[in-house]
Formats: sequence, C-alpha cells, structure tokens
Amino acid sequence: MNVGRVVGHLISTVKDPGLLGQRILVVEPLNGRERPFFALDAVGTGAGEVVLYVRQREASYAFFPDFVPCDAAIVGVVDELREVLP
Amino acid sequence: MRLGRVVGTVVSTRKDPRLTGFKLLVVATLTPRLEPDGGYEVAVDTVQAGFKEVVILCTGSSARMTERTKDAPVDAAIVGIVDTVNLD
Repeated sequence: MNVGRVVGHLISTVKDPGLLGQRILVVEPLNGRERPFFALDAVGTGAGEVVLYVRQREASYAFFPDFVPCDAAIVGVVDELREVLP
Repeated sequence: MRLGRVVGTVVSTRKDPRLTGFKLLVVATLTPRLEPDGGYEVAVDTVQAGFKEVVILCTGSSARMTERTKDAPVDAAIVGIVDTVNLD
C-alpha cells in the first residue's frame, strides 16, 4: 500500500462486465519512484485528494465478493499525512 | 492498471490448451498523457479491441479475474477500451 494523489479520470464504454459501474481514476504516487497509473475507486474519492492505494492482485479484494479484474484500487482517503524521520 | 495502444497481433498454434481461442495482441504501453513509454506487453483481448485502439491493461495475477481468462495461464489482459482520459 502507498499514498498518491488523484489527478484525473478515465472514461470507457466498452469494458469487461466486472468493471461496469466502477470509476477509474488516474493516481500519481507520492513516493516519486512509481509512475502514474490507473486505479479503481473503492471508497468514493475525487480529483486532488490524497488517497491510499493498493496494487497487484490484492486490489481486486477491495471489491470482494465481486470478481473485478483490476490490479490497482483506491482503498482509503488520507486525512493527515505526517512524515516521521528517524 | 495501465493504458496501451494495440500495435500488433501474435499468432501461436502450439500453446497451452487453456489459451485456445484467445486473441493475443501486442500492446505498446502508454503514459496517462497517451505518450508511449517504451514498454510492450502481449495481452489477451477480452473486449474485441481493434488495431491502434487505446485500451486498459490489467497485468499480473488479476489478469485472470475476467470471465474469459479464469484459470488460464495469463498475466496480461485487455479489460476495456478507452474513450477519453481527463487530467486535471
């Protein structure tokens, strides 16, 4: 899991039945290592919000028990982010 | 999930029996601004995508989560065709 910012969204008409009704958002990771990617929204977020996301196969568990073919999902909205330095 | 543009097809006769009937496409991966990022992926088409169309790619074991690719040895699937991408 990591944190990122929602910077846009995607519109698609023809898609797998498992993706019907799902919002697909563009997420820019805040760690500076990963490139922007597309994630399904499991919590109802919007543009500009800082979110918690999960990647890989575990992302589809955000929609359990439905089978959703996705490899990235937004699973939380970040209220406060504090960096703890050693 | 990433975006990609369909740039070719793969034909394979001798393959795993669970891959029979799948359309295999060569997809050039794109950034959210639809610029090629230099990567390529061979993906199973589940939505009847066409040549040069921009598609949604699902990679890794979640590629097996569509109805058609269930239990098939697949690690990349095309799960949607992109109409537009809006960046704020």
